[in-house]
Amino acid sequence: MNSFFEVIRGGINTTFQDDGRNNLYHIGIPFSGAMDKRNYILANSLLGNKKNKPVIEFAYQGPLIKYKGNRISFVITGDVIFKLIKKKNEILGNCYENYIIEDGDQIDIISTNKSVYGYFAISGEFDLKYQWGSCSINTKAKIGSNNGEKIQSNQKINISHVKPNQFKKKLNYTNTKIEKIRVIKGTNFNYFSNEGKKTFFEKEFVVSKLADRMGMRLEGPKIENIVDTNIRSEGLIKGVIQVPADGNPIIMLSDHGTIGGYPKIGVVISADYDKLVQLSPGSKIKFQEIELSDAETLFKLYEMETQNLISQLK
Amino acid sequence: MIKNISNLGDAALYCDFGKEVNKETNSQVIKYFKNLKKKEIQGIINLTPSYNKLIISFDLKKTNFNEIKKKIENLDLNETKFEPKKRIEIPICCNDDFSLDIGRLEKKLSLKRDKIYENFLDKEYFCYMTGFIAGMPFLGDLDKNMRADRLETPRVKVPKGSVGLTEQFANVYTFESPGGWNIIGNTPIEIFDSSKIENPNLISPGDTVVFKQISLENYKNYNE
Repeated sequence: MNSFFEVIRGGINTTFQDDGRNNLYHIGIPFSGAMDKRNYILANSLLGNKKNKPVIEFAYQGPLIKYKGNRISFVITGDVIFKLIKKKNEILGNCYENYIIEDGDQIDIISTNKSVYGYFAISGEFDLKYQWGSCSINTKAKIGSNNGEKIQSNQKINISHVKPNQFKKKLNYTNTKIEKIRVIKGTNFNYFSNEGKKTFFEKEFVVSKLADRMGMRLEGPKIENIVDTNIRSEGLIKGVIQVPADGNPIIMLSDHGTIGGYPKIGVVISADYDKLVQLSPGSKIKFQEIELSDAETLFKLYEMETQNLISQLK
Repeated sequence: MIKNISNLGDAALYCDFGKEVNKETNSQVIKYFKNLKKKEIQGIINLTPSYNKLIISFDLKKTNFNEIKKKIENLDLNETKFEPKKRIEIPICCNDDFSLDIGRLEKKLSLKRDKIYENFLDKEYFCYMTGFIAGMPFLGDLDKNMRADRLETPRVKVPKGSVGLTEQFANVYTFESPGGWNIIGNTPIEIFDSSKIENPNLISPGDTVVFKQISLENYKNYNE
């Protein structure tokens, strides 16, 4: 029996994502991959999958999908409101808990709650095309599985290697919202006036509506540049905060352009990235300066925390 | 040679090859880039060469700034053979619908529209790097009187195929993308082809590019 999902509603920005692709920055292809790596890894771990298996990532409103095939388990991670619609009843689902579904069941991923991204994983394999070692969809460059396009209403998602999980797995985990984003000073920090630097580290900024997998534009007090509002275009990495001439910071996210020409005032530390991407438009944030060695320690701690969560599932 | 190495955040090295942007400096950057790519150093996950910088990003789970910095400082640079260089002609249509920022440039450069196109077209440009978005070539050098800053607020959507200018460089937007360059026209040809695994880029660093003007009618029928 062929197993597949019928997509009844595609959702706002629903894509297949995995660990992303390496070694292509030099031709302009970004890393991509799941935005919130911890929630991505937890989704696979809750099903006993290998941790780099492709999952469905959704933003704000997720998909409504109908399952056809043999019994299969699924899990949703993040802070997500969803319903499991069976023939006879409907239940409101919990994140970080695996469920078994049968032929004809529907999953309605209604929305993420005070966050942006959620993850849907299955105890089977999505039938996907890989491009440069990854199935991650980059809709801007039309790269990855699903012809580089978002998952759309009325499409079919084929699945192979279906097997339901025998054991119920559950994790008590709450996504905490971050208010202070820790950053290391950028390579153009001295382009900004003392007043501008103070503004950056002391004032509050708001996530604007212009936020997607490529980047997040912030609004707030203008950051004054006293040297040059342009630099020679050069490489970027995720987490870089650029300030163009209008004085409003832009944070580079996983599908970012690989090269940019605006001064870099700071870089978000790796330990805070997963929480940063979950900030929805309207969220308030403040930046806090941190040294490289502290950032490295904080990343180790963050990784240990993730590993602890995974080990609770074994 | 690398003049200075600093950290860009906690997971990348920022290698500075000096202030001058010219073919000599750029060739040094490319030399390091090609050598490092070949050596496949453990933990390095991406290399981004640009005019005068090389960004080396690494996996913080496997290594750290100081470890990679040491490796770069002690790097033994072999002579790497460069691939043969190409000369590529890019058709460009400069119709009003495509030349979104020609008015801004007329003011910024104090030049008339016709003069701007006369200065720009049929000249050879050198490809310094590719990137920002997949396959986008950074081409130089524009004449001194053709150099303008980026837009104060970058556009949220620059149409695919747009040809833009900023400072001493021209580029082509290979996809619809956000961007802040001054757009003067549009090309109907594909600069990036993701179905090609080996060489998806039409233009590579070191190649030469010439822009040839075409009419709107020609543009519309170009891919037929």
